[in-house]
Amino acid sequence: MTATTTSARSELSELGRSETALRTFLHGLPGVDQVGAEQRAAQLGTRSIKTTAKAQAIDLAIRMVDLTTLEGADTPGKVRALAAKALRPDPADPSCPHVGAVCVYPAMVPYVAEVLRGSAVHLASVATAFPSGQAPLEIKLADTRAAVAAGADEIDMVINRGAFLAGRYKEVYDEIVATKEASGDAHLKVILETGELATYDNVRRASWLAMLAGGDFIKTSTGKVPIAATMPVSLVMLEAVRDFREATGRQVGVKPAGGIKTTKDAIKYLVMVNETVGPDWLDPDWFRFGASSLLNDLLMQRTKLTTGTYSGPDYFTLD
Amino acid sequence: MFEYAPAPESRSVVDLKPSYGLFIDGTFVDPTDGGSFKSINPASEEVLAEVAEAGAQDVERAVRAARKAYDKVWGPMPGRDRAKYLYRIARLIQERSRELAVLESLDNGKPIRESRDVDLPLVAAHFFYYAGWADKLEHAGFGPNPRPIGVAAQVIPWNFPLLMLAWKIAPALAAGNTVVLKPAETTPLTALLFAEICQQADLPAGVVNILTGAGDTGRALVEHPGVDKVAFTGSTDVGRAIARSVAGTRKKLTLELGGKAANIVFDDAPIDQAVEGIVNGIFFNQGHVCCAGSRLLVQENVAERVLESLKRRMAQLRVGDPLDKNTDVGAINSAAQLERIRELSDAGSAEGAERWSPPCDLPDRGFWFAPTIFTGVTQAHRIAREEIFGPVLSVLTFRTPAEAVEKANNTPYGLSAGIWTDKGSRILWMADRLRAGVVWANTFNKFDPTSPFGGYKESGYGREGGRHGLEGYLNV
Amino acid sequence: MSERVAVRKTYKLFIGGKFPRSESGRSYLVQSSNVSLASRKDARDAVVAARAAVKGWAGATAYNRGQILYRAAEMLEGRREQFVALGIPGDEVDAAVDRWVWYAGWADKLAQVYGGANPVAGPYFNISAPEPTGVVAVVAPERPALLGLVSVIAPAIVSGNTVVVAASATEPLAAVTLAEVLATSDLPGGVVNILTGAITETAPTLAAHMDVNAIDLTGVTDAALATDLEVKAAENLKRVLRPAPADHDWSVDPGLDRMTALLETKTVWHPKGV
Repeated sequence: MTATTTSARSELSELGRSETALRTFLHGLPGVDQVGAEQRAAQLGTRSIKTTAKAQAIDLAIRMVDLTTLEGADTPGKVRALAAKALRPDPADPSCPHVGAVCVYPAMVPYVAEVLRGSAVHLASVATAFPSGQAPLEIKLADTRAAVAAGADEIDMVINRGAFLAGRYKEVYDEIVATKEASGDAHLKVILETGELATYDNVRRASWLAMLAGGDFIKTSTGKVPIAATMPVSLVMLEAVRDFREATGRQVGVKPAGGIKTTKDAIKYLVMVNETVGPDWLDPDWFRFGASSLLNDLLMQRTKLTTGTYSGPDYFTLD
Repeated sequence: MFEYAPAPESRSVVDLKPSYGLFIDGTFVDPTDGGSFKSINPASEEVLAEVAEAGAQDVERAVRAARKAYDKVWGPMPGRDRAKYLYRIARLIQERSRELAVLESLDNGKPIRESRDVDLPLVAAHFFYYAGWADKLEHAGFGPNPRPIGVAAQVIPWNFPLLMLAWKIAPALAAGNTVVLKPAETTPLTALLFAEICQQADLPAGVVNILTGAGDTGRALVEHPGVDKVAFTGSTDVGRAIARSVAGTRKKLTLELGGKAANIVFDDAPIDQAVEGIVNGIFFNQGHVCCAGSRLLVQENVAERVLESLKRRMAQLRVGDPLDKNTDVGAINSAAQLERIRELSDAGSAEGAERWSPPCDLPDRGFWFAPTIFTGVTQAHRIAREEIFGPVLSVLTFRTPAEAVEKANNTPYGLSAGIWTDKGSRILWMADRLRAGVVWANTFNKFDPTSPFGGYKESGYGREGGRHGLEGYLNV
Repeated sequence: MSERVAVRKTYKLFIGGKFPRSESGRSYLVQSSNVSLASRKDARDAVVAARAAVKGWAGATAYNRGQILYRAAEMLEGRREQFVALGIPGDEVDAAVDRWVWYAGWADKLAQVYGGANPVAGPYFNISAPEPTGVVAVVAPERPALLGLVSVIAPAIVSGNTVVVAASATEPLAAVTLAEVLATSDLPGGVVNILTGAITETAPTLAAHMDVNAIDLTGVTDAALATDLEVKAAENLKRVLRPAPADHDWSVDPGLDRMTALLETKTVWHPKGV
């Protein structure tokens, strides 16, 4: 790290001490032109990824999947099955890689932990009164500590969108700092819920706010509001982590979540990562897909590439 | 690393004949003097087809055919029927767009992504737009009884072969004129395919005539006394010569010529989109764009940051096979153009500007030039004044809005300009002062059939596109 | 009682709002008066004055330009008898005043009629608006000396252009008198510059001048000269209005052509987004 980034980093770490400093900084970030950002994202979506590149992309995408179930109806049986699938997505093909992580509610963490113990698959848990975050801070922190104690090594928290939209940036910042502390050694993914932030300017500001407060990952969505991850939102977030690393030397991961259902979608995201932040982020440690049905489509496409025939849903497990 | 495997568009959709005649009076004919030349693929230097070279007698035949069609068929035809022919042509272009896009990329060297996503949709849209004008001319605001001019001689460049054809032919035909069009000698093939589309549309013979050839053919055409209207897109020098040649005649003239556009980036710009705009401004179509943003004027207090982002972005540009769907920058159109780009770039280095290109492997055969930027450029450098018409950007800095305007306008050209800032009032203040026919604010290189395009000063006169585009083809 | 001896008038050039004699010191006898014979240098000086006036005149609001031109019509009306005394028929003076008023009213309407929004196929605001081309050289028709002159000056300046006019060589007095009208009508100096003398001397200089944006050859009657001027104008791609036919009827509704031929269309794009 150069002297400049060291001093920039220490300057940036001071921002959280004052509402005014935070506001001045966040509002001083360059604006995002909606039309331009959406066109760039669309243009990246026109890349044609075929043959060897496609095979490589599919395996990478599988390794990046945070295999997720976040339902009121989740049961120990359901999440155990999901965890088993995370370890061996394609039982018929041992060369198929495992996914990045399994993502569940805190109450389900112990059951998943049993299955994943000893494997390289991470265990993520949503916490902080997911998805709305509308609970007292102490409860949100307790939620976090409980998930970690039960075996989660990744925490997916939600930011306080109400406070953000009302301009109470320090409140949002302080909550992230507190959650980071409560997470201990677990990686903290900060969900911005971009569908509720309404503008790309807000997405950029929220991204920086989350990174300044110590988030290890920034994540688009809970999957519980009508607008989940989109290419342009993820583009703006990728630009933010790129610029943040340039300014501070610290690398932050990105996780689009919700709405990514097909291999084609996933590959578009990988192309975007490749051409926006480069190979440093083309790794499950730095980029994840929050998804459930995506995995089976990746597996079907993978089978197609290895066998030459198109498969059908009956040939892939439904957990 | 994530390496994209080759993703070539199939050539099989194009059925090229070994040789092509001239399209006169509805049929392909051999040239009277038998001359011909070869059109090559600039990405590989392979010969694509042999094309007839029209001589003076062929020009005579074509103008006569156009006159006859004007007098007997197209002139008297009701506007609503002219409209239907133009709609037919628009639809055929849509139907055959893949074929046309592949052929355009083969003959021109532009990436298939652009010919497929930009050129062809705009070509079809242009015919569709002007088709609708054909029976509404009295409502176009040019008085109660606008009349066509007669026979139009049209000479177009090689940078957007089919799009420039559309910009010329669609409004001319909508207004009731007939045309003799000469495509550029390095890119004649899509115009010939367009001639086949005219046949397919049963367009009456002689309404559209296509003469292939080089400068001599073009000169004979615009100087032909039977021509009533001359429309030219190309270099300012040739435009000047044409303006001289029509002096003293009653020929109506419109010219769309060169440019040296300033793309102005303020410190409060949406930087990531501005960088995209800079890249699109100068590397779109290999910089073979008259309205290219070839001078980047960046506010000094943000110059370093913008340049860093720009270089990072340029490193992502994929230069190579135009038919690969992932190619961003294709081949330079001709050896001659490559030579001109090299000469001016070398002048930039010799005059002390700092040259930078991202690392990129260029193919061995064909004509290639890596995306290049020059920093430390001043208004006194040749590369800040002369049109390079290639993927070469000159970067200058400014301190205040007034200085930006002054530098932007300090050129004999006046075709286009770009402004990047989040401040609305500044955009409008700048737009008022920039002497350019098209001002893109927080965007660049956008085109639309409804939007008039054309220059101030030595960038030419007349407008193409929109309601204004009819004026050059009407006696008002 | 001896009869009063009249004070005679000297007819001079009109450049930059002032009435200088030709820098060459020459004059020629026409319409029983000695009138300045403008030189090439005078033509160049007039271009400099016209260029200097562009910023203020083009930058003025359209309403303001309209008011000033209307004021000029008022002054023209007030000097009616003076023009009649120069031998201009009263009807022609009236027509000239009416024409001037007609054009004055166009100042704040031209952009609405000739420009407008373009419905592009994308999320963009797109608008085309006319702008003045800049400095326009005008060869005024030989006659009608006043109506012809007004009919070429007013359409050029109403949109914000400034002009250098080569006045009728055979009937220049109306032009100089019109200059006096304009000098007293709040019209900024340099917006209209009038050269008297030989077209063959001034027009080629104006046609070749690289700081002139357009040339109106309306009053050129010699075809060879017109061709030569058009060739010269091509050097910097001046917008060219070709000579009017000899039988042109100046009394009919002139339409928009003379205004629109001296306009540039500027189209501005901006994305629409949040």
